[in-house]
Amino acid sequence: MIDFVDLWVYLSGSQLLWLSATLVAYLAADSLSGATGRHPLVNPVLIAVVFVALLLLGSGTSFQTYFAGAQFIHFLLGPATVALAVPLVRYLPQIRRALVPMLAALLAGSVAAIVSAVLLAQAFGLDRAAMLALAPKSSTAAIAMGIAEKTGGDPALTAVLVILTGIGGAIVVTPLMNALRLKNYAARGFAAGLASHGIGTARAFQVDPLAGTFAAIALGLNGLLTALLVPLLLPWLLP
Amino acid sequence: MLPAFATLLLCQLAGEAIVRAAILPVPGPVVGMMILCALMVARAPLPGELGDTADGILKHLSLLFVPAGVGVVQQLDRLGQDGIRLVAVVIVSTVIALAVTALVFAALAKALGTDDLSGGQDDGA
Repeated sequence: MIDFVDLWVYLSGSQLLWLSATLVAYLAADSLSGATGRHPLVNPVLIAVVFVALLLLGSGTSFQTYFAGAQFIHFLLGPATVALAVPLVRYLPQIRRALVPMLAALLAGSVAAIVSAVLLAQAFGLDRAAMLALAPKSSTAAIAMGIAEKTGGDPALTAVLVILTGIGGAIVVTPLMNALRLKNYAARGFAAGLASHGIGTARAFQVDPLAGTFAAIALGLNGLLTALLVPLLLPWLLP
Repeated sequence: MLPAFATLLLCQLAGEAIVRAAILPVPGPVVGMMILCALMVARAPLPGELGDTADGILKHLSLLFVPAGVGVVQQLDRLGQDGIRLVAVVIVSTVIALAVTALVFAALAKALGTDDLSGGQDDGA
């Protein structure tokens, strides 16, 4: 006779279980998103994360055990970043034509993201540590954590804020752009990638391939520019 | 599909190697992406199904952020007592960054007459 406790103890420690759980949670979240016509509030990243987090909480599984399985999915972020070259080359003529608007929007958006985060934190009475962690929040996690480390912020808090920025931006971008009556999908996508890095880019690809491509460019360029601008702007912004 | 996937991995590998060797402040996969762009523009002989493989991966880009997202949920107590204020700053600042970026882009594209870019297959979403 099978001992279910033994079976669970074996499976819950195995990579296969948590790899499968991540995939199934995403598929469920993605079909929910599809069923609502890709409604921005039904964000597949957020829903899948909540599903998995509840499973881990309910089963008392540690993140280390979970990540041993989920790392195979996490690893694919690298090849996926390389794969962005394909839509980039496909839309090269459109990108060339949009060079000037792109670079101007990059500078304006990057400064807006950093300055607004620090000034709002001051207005809300948050401390210096919070400001340092908030300043690089729109750049991709690896770069943001590196910036926080250099400026004396807490990289772990920065990582949390970066992911929240990604999910928040991915949810808010479509209703915001519609409210602003912006029909230029290159501009909409570029904004999503600049303000909300990879998760915003994933949202943009969901809506439109051209928007996704411009989001990917913004994600790359703003990662670099934020790393340059945060150390330059912080002395002016911090009390 | 395998030759295409190998191409992606090799570009990433080359990117990581260059970043390590030159101590660049850029993630290795980003340099890998630039390498693949250069190869494609130079019409280097690449696997024919590279386009389909890339589209297949990018279609489910959201999936790849789930493990990192789960890690963050486990760290939510890092936000501490300031949690609500921090989330409020993140949301308002992100809305400002989104609006400034898109408005500057769209206004300049219109002024330069380059706002006729195709796109918007899915207007409602």
